[in-house]
Amino acid sequence: MSVDLSQFIPSFLEESFEGLELMESSLLNLEQGDDETINSIFRAAHSIKGGAGTFGFNGVTEFTHLVETLLDEMRDGRRSIEQNDVEILLESVDCMRLLIEAIRDETECDSNKINETSILLEHTLAFDDNATSDTDTNTNVDENSANDTADALSKWQITFIPEHHLVQTGNDPLFLFNALADLGELILVANCKELPALNDIDAEELYLSWQLTLSTKASETDIREVFEWVEDECQLTVTKEETTDKVASEESEAMVETSNEPIINEPVNSKPEPQISSAIAADKNSSIPVPEKAAANKAKNDLGSIRVGVDKVDSLINLVGELVITQSMLSELGNDFDLSKVEKLNSGLEELLQNTKELQESVMRIRMLPISFAFNRFPRLVHDLSKKTGKEIELVLKGEQTELDKTVMEQIGDPLVHLVRNAVDHGIEPAEARIAAGKSQKGTITLNAYHQGGSIVIEINDDGGGINRQAVFDKALEKGIVDENTTLTDTQVFDLIFEPGFSTAKELSDISGRGVGMDVVKKNIQSLGGRIQVESEPGVGSTFRVNLPLTLAILDGQLVRVGSEIYIIPLITIVESLQPQKDLINRVSGDMVLYRLREDNVPVIPIYSLFNIASEFKDVESSLLVVVEDDGQKIGLMVDDLLAQQQVVIKSLNDNYQQVEGISGATILGDGSVAMILDISGIISMAHKKSEMVQKHKNNMQFKATQQISEGASF
Amino acid sequence: MDIQMLAEEIPVEGEHSLEGIDFITSGEQYLAFLLGEEQYAIDILCVEEIRSWENPTQIPNSPNYIKGAINMRGIIVPIVDLRMKFNIGEATYTDTTVVIVLTVETTDKTRTIGFVVDAVSDVLNVDKSEIKPAPAFGGCVPQSYLEGLVNAGDNVVTILNVKALQAVEPHQLS
Repeated sequence: MSVDLSQFIPSFLEESFEGLELMESSLLNLEQGDDETINSIFRAAHSIKGGAGTFGFNGVTEFTHLVETLLDEMRDGRRSIEQNDVEILLESVDCMRLLIEAIRDETECDSNKINETSILLEHTLAFDDNATSDTDTNTNVDENSANDTADALSKWQITFIPEHHLVQTGNDPLFLFNALADLGELILVANCKELPALNDIDAEELYLSWQLTLSTKASETDIREVFEWVEDECQLTVTKEETTDKVASEESEAMVETSNEPIINEPVNSKPEPQISSAIAADKNSSIPVPEKAAANKAKNDLGSIRVGVDKVDSLINLVGELVITQSMLSELGNDFDLSKVEKLNSGLEELLQNTKELQESVMRIRMLPISFAFNRFPRLVHDLSKKTGKEIELVLKGEQTELDKTVMEQIGDPLVHLVRNAVDHGIEPAEARIAAGKSQKGTITLNAYHQGGSIVIEINDDGGGINRQAVFDKALEKGIVDENTTLTDTQVFDLIFEPGFSTAKELSDISGRGVGMDVVKKNIQSLGGRIQVESEPGVGSTFRVNLPLTLAILDGQLVRVGSEIYIIPLITIVESLQPQKDLINRVSGDMVLYRLREDNVPVIPIYSLFNIASEFKDVESSLLVVVEDDGQKIGLMVDDLLAQQQVVIKSLNDNYQQVEGISGATILGDGSVAMILDISGIISMAHKKSEMVQKHKNNMQFKATQQISEGASF
Repeated sequence: MDIQMLAEEIPVEGEHSLEGIDFITSGEQYLAFLLGEEQYAIDILCVEEIRSWENPTQIPNSPNYIKGAINMRGIIVPIVDLRMKFNIGEATYTDTTVVIVLTVETTDKTRTIGFVVDAVSDVLNVDKSEIKPAPAFGGCVPQSYLEGLVNAGDNVVTILNVKALQAVEPHQLS
């Protein structure tokens, strides 16, 4: 019976990506002689290789094998860990990711980068082999000759007939032979029967085969191990020779005749290599499409699964169990119900409520992931960027365990990358400037996440030069966004960098270039229901503070009634709800109603006229006011009644209908009916539009204006 | 007319339930309904559900023929009154007023919309060749919504284009 392995491929992919992430982060933390870290990197690579082997993904297996070999040398202390090696390993992790992504998307992997890196890997390996093995062989040989008589040497006959394309896969027989030489005495005979005429030689093909005789103490497995990488691409026989004297001498005689050949021919098969690498060098320029492809694949990524701890699932099952018990209790109660059981019913319902709430919380918790998932990519990003910009930068991550909804996490990634990149590019000054300013040469970027009320706050802080207030202001003047006479607070000035007009990097280079696509960042964050603020102090640094809702699916809402309709106001926006007092209501400029709330004058917006529906009360005095705030702007919403506060599940109106101005979504209430969720910022802009319309109207019809507006202008 | 019975006749999941009645039918099946006195029909495979009329929740600042939105098993479904949309008959809501919920897949997404009609009348078996193009002589229903006309007994039934019904709707707003 055969098992269909393909069903396990998704979990293999998922595990591999996790493994790669682990490798990456460990590599960045790798310090000399840190055994545990190397071990964990090695284990991750090994499981990827093993998995790939099981599914027959040879590309991954072969490549990972190289990585593993390098890691193995590091692990055994045969190789010191150099920055250069770490870079190569990081490159390799990227390649492995490309390979695995190619498997996931069932596409062919663009193999330039992979070839390049695998050649690089092999060179690193070979170089090191040579360096150490030269001395090794010498000592080995000495030892061998000394121990020859003591330990029984056995002689191995190895026939090695590689396929023609062997060198194209980045393998070089020379490396194999070097490795064999490490094991003992090696005698090589090259067979050049298949060598075509010079004209017909393809420089990238390998036409030779070899007969090898090896005297060693090593076992057959050791010998075969040397050929492990090329096993699939050659015919290999390894046989043990019983007699060590006669045959060997005959062989060696025969060899003397031919042993010149390999030396002569060596240049032939070593030639291809420079060509390959030069071809790759040329390809480097053309390999730009790769990241684009990766970006396109990201969307697919979003559909991925979540790994959930068993404890979370267990608690769910417990809760469902309780729910079932409560349900059966209630239905039994309902079988022959009379008034004497009301109390029981009430307590049953109470229990049901409790269970549902807990169940809901548990389910939501499943979607919550620690923000380290989003933070993980930054060490690498900063590492790469600091290399590119030549700035020394330390990245500090704080609050990585802060939990955040998966959907929010996926969508916040790109804006955060943008902000971090900006901080590196433009926030941190070059080393000389830092020293001149009396700061340490090494810049620090801090990512911090913490919960605050019903939202999560992510801070991106750099200790760079800060934002040049004057330059931003001048820029805004030039763009005509502000007036020369306007006095703005620092916050207001810094907020200008989120204006679309500020999104060209070159124009802004004099003010540290901030504003590269900042409007996009802000838009992304706002589409998640969040907001972004910036604080900056010249010479000390800047902090970007991103406020995000914990989850997108559920919202704490205040139910209000207008006429016969029920609306939901997000609780987080509500400042306070109050019964208006007559003497605090002011009418200004004809139609606008302001309510004096302590120091503030809050514009009153009647929902009934904004939405064009019937309402119970038309005057402010008899209605209730819900004061809400968005983006610093307070408004008072006029409603007929305040109902319950409850958590509501947000449903999209877009799916089957379209975006409605002033409405962020809909939800289903306890009685099964639909209620609309108000979008406060949308309502504010609606009110603005409306007042503009009123203005126009006034201009057009100078007289009877007030009456006209109250009747005709409301949409 | 017993709507309940009619509703049961309508295959819900497409092919499987259609198999049973295939032997008495040839060609496509259409659900016929009344708007005022006129008979209309739509492709039956798009019909998700036939519901009795219930008062929907208003959608602010929507055109008058968008009656609002209802909750259909957790999905928010907008309700369009076809009589108001096409200006046919009177938009009254009685016991036989029903909502036909259609689900149509377009290239990029699936939309579910409910349409208010006066009554559901019949399931028609129509061969493609029987569908005649509708003459362009005015009328209340815009030409783009018409797929064709078909004769059923003494009556002429107008077959509506489901894709047009569901795709054009929202774009005409805002």
